[in-house]
This record gives sequence, C-alpha cells and structure tokens, in this order.
Amino acid sequence: MTAIHVDAAPDATEPIVPGAPPPQPLWLDFWRGIAEDNPVMIQMLGLCPSMAVSNSLENGIGMSAAVIFVLVCSSLLVSLLRKVIPGEVRLASYILIIATFVTISDLVMQAYFPALSKTLGPFVPLIVVNCIILGRAEAFAGKVKPVRAVADAFGMGVGFTLALCTIAAFREVVGNGTLLNHPLFGPNYEPWNFMIMPPGGFLTMGLMFLVMGWWGERQKSKRAEVTP
Amino acid sequence: MSGHEHSHGAPEAAVVDAGSSSVRLIATLAMFGALAGGILAFTYQKTLPPIRKFAGERVEVAVREVLGSPAKLDTLFLVGDKLSKTPPPGADPLEAVKVFIGFDASGAPIGVAVEEKAPGFSSDVVLMVGFNPQTSALTGFKVLAQTETPGLGDKIIKDSSFARQFPGKLVTPLKGDKSATSDPSTVQTITGATITSKAVIKVINKAVETWKPRLDAYAKEGGK
Repeated sequence: MTAIHVDAAPDATEPIVPGAPPPQPLWLDFWRGIAEDNPVMIQMLGLCPSMAVSNSLENGIGMSAAVIFVLVCSSLLVSLLRKVIPGEVRLASYILIIATFVTISDLVMQAYFPALSKTLGPFVPLIVVNCIILGRAEAFAGKVKPVRAVADAFGMGVGFTLALCTIAAFREVVGNGTLLNHPLFGPNYEPWNFMIMPPGGFLTMGLMFLVMGWWGERQKSKRAEVTP
Repeated sequence: MSGHEHSHGAPEAAVVDAGSSSVRLIATLAMFGALAGGILAFTYQKTLPPIRKFAGERVEVAVREVLGSPAKLDTLFLVGDKLSKTPPPGADPLEAVKVFIGFDASGAPIGVAVEEKAPGFSSDVVLMVGFNPQTSALTGFKVLAQTETPGLGDKIIKDSSFARQFPGKLVTPLKGDKSATSDPSTVQTITGATITSKAVIKVINKAVETWKPRLDAYAKEGGK
C-alpha cells in the first residue's frame, strides 16, 4: 500500500480539519476496513459481541446486519452534521445519534425477526457501546465528507461481518455439527459442545489471531525479500 | 512544569475563541435529544403492533401445544387473588397474569395452561404448564425460555423422550428419579442435566400448587 500516491489537490471548499485522514481513492477508504484495519482482527475492537453471538452463523449474520446498519447510518449523519456539532459536545452527540439508530434496529428486529432478536438478546442494544462505531465517528466520519464516511463505515461493517461470520461458522460447524442449522455430518457426529460455549469462543478467536499474526509476519518477510 | 506555558495569554485566548457558548452547546444537545426522541417515538409506534402480535402468538402456540389442540380457549385473569374474565383495570391483557382454559369440540374442559418459572442451572426456566385441575394430571409442558448449558441442560427441549414422560403424570407433587420408573408421579431426570430436569419438575409443582386452589375457588363460586 506504500506505492499509492494521490495528488488530488485539497478541496478548496473544505478547510483542512486537524487530524483528518489524508485524501485517498474511495475504494481504499472502503478496503481498509476489510483488510489492513479490520476492526476485529487488527484493531481488536468489538470483541465482546464477536465472542458472545458467534455461536451460530445465523446469529453472526443478524448481528452483522445490525452493526452495518448502525455504522453506516451514524457515520453518514455524523459526517453531515460535522459543522453543526460543537467540538465540546461531539462525543455526547455521537452517542445520541448511535443510540437512536441502535434502538431503531432493535425495535425493527423485535418486530420482524422475533426469533433472531430473542437469541441475540441484550447484544443488539449493546451495539451502542461498540467501540467500532464510536471509533469511526470520532476518527473518521466527523472529519470527512459524507461519501468518504459512508465508504469507510461500509468497509468497517463488512470487515466486522467477515471476522464475526468466520468465527461463527467455525464454532457452529465444530460445536453443533450444523451450518445455518443444516446438519453436515450425519447422526454419528458427536458435537463438540464446548465450542459453542464461551471457552470455545476464546479458543477460536485465539487461534484466528494466531493464524492472522503468522500470515502477517510471512507477508512482511516476503516483502523484505523482494525489496532488500 | 508545563503549567508555566499555560499561563501565557495567547493560547488561552485561542481556546476562548474556538470554544462555543454554553447556550449553544445546550441548545445543540437539546435539539438532537428532541429529534432522537421524536424519531424513536415514531419507530416505537410503528413496531409495537407486530411485536405484540408475535408475543401473543407465541403464547397461544404454546398453550395449544400443551393442551393438545383444544377446540376453544378461554382466558381468565388474576385480579387480586381471584380469577376473573376481565383483566385488572388498567392492566395490559398481554402482560397480565392469566390462565388459559381449553375445551374440546363438545365443550368439555380438557385442562388449563399457565406460565410459571423457577431457577435452573444458569437461568430461569420458563414453562407453559398444562394440567387438569380436577385430577392434577399433567397434559404436557413447553419451554418458553431458558439459557441452560448447550448440549446438557437444553436437552429438556431437544431430548423428546424427556418431555414425552410428562403427559398423564400426577402432580401430587411430581418427583424426579435418576432411573426409569413406572410410578404415576415420578419422571426420569436427564443424565448430566439433573439440575435442569429438577427445575422443570419444580416449575410444574409450583404451577399446580399456586393455580389449583385459585381454579377450585373460581369453580366453587360458580364460574364453572
């Protein structure tokens, strides 16, 4: 990613905000959340819901959908209102915006996906305190134009989805012998129940971070070989 | 110390310039709060009917299951400690404590269904319990909510041979045993889930103990 050079002139109508992310192509704003700044795997944010609701792929998908909705809507609104919100009360305002969208998604889920809402339980309302969302509002959306904010939020949301669903799929297959409630192994498979309980979550995440770390190191040493 | 630097006039003046008046801060937050409140009130109004519909349906499905598909259902509400056909004044019929009475096609009562709960291994086990108040015989039970250990405690739902034992058992009171038994008021507990099995038995005993006297009193007063 080092070779990319953007010489887009700073927007004349847009004064440079201190601490604003440097301008870059839109697809990079999107891609960053999936790969190099993945909220779960790299930034290690949002680990609590990733642990708690990753015991089946269905839960993982439901949770991810709620997080993407809240993340994109609140980033858009924070970006649109960035000149209206006084700096002193920005965090309070961000939380208010996020909490509103979280409550909307919780109510909609209760009304139209009651079974899912019941299994996710308190973890949908708890999206309010998910660091990924407040983190993006503070570090990115509050300082850039709405298009970039939405691209970034969407990327982060997809990154969260990929991480959460990978963990959830693994835990459901091993721990319950099913994927999206379809049995995979036939009646003789004794499900490894331990994997869908909390310790299995810790183990799965630990293994995943191990693989990610090993892969990252390998990439680094490969690059070092190419450019001595 | 760095305090010396702060005593310079220039940075302080800059802070005052960049800051906003308290009135503006309060006004902004109040406006956001009011807007958020309005949006949420609207969403709440829109989603309330489907949420209530689902809650009602869920209970009704459970009642029909534990009473073996009754042809007709009556609902009695608990007012004070008496039963009444009308809910307590001002109470939400959906939230009120109530008992369902099922009748077969000829109009004869099959039994009653009530919701009751007791603590299990890691959570409250909430059941819909169906029984015949005259004979204290069970018609069945259905788990409405539990978060017991997956693979062990949740066998009260997944292991159908456990639930199958209950219809016909006499609650005098109901007891649990580790080995199979033919006793009319004993059921076999699940291996590895004794505490959860006992919780189910506890809920059933509690349901019959609290509701049988109420139903008897209601019947004596001529409420049929």
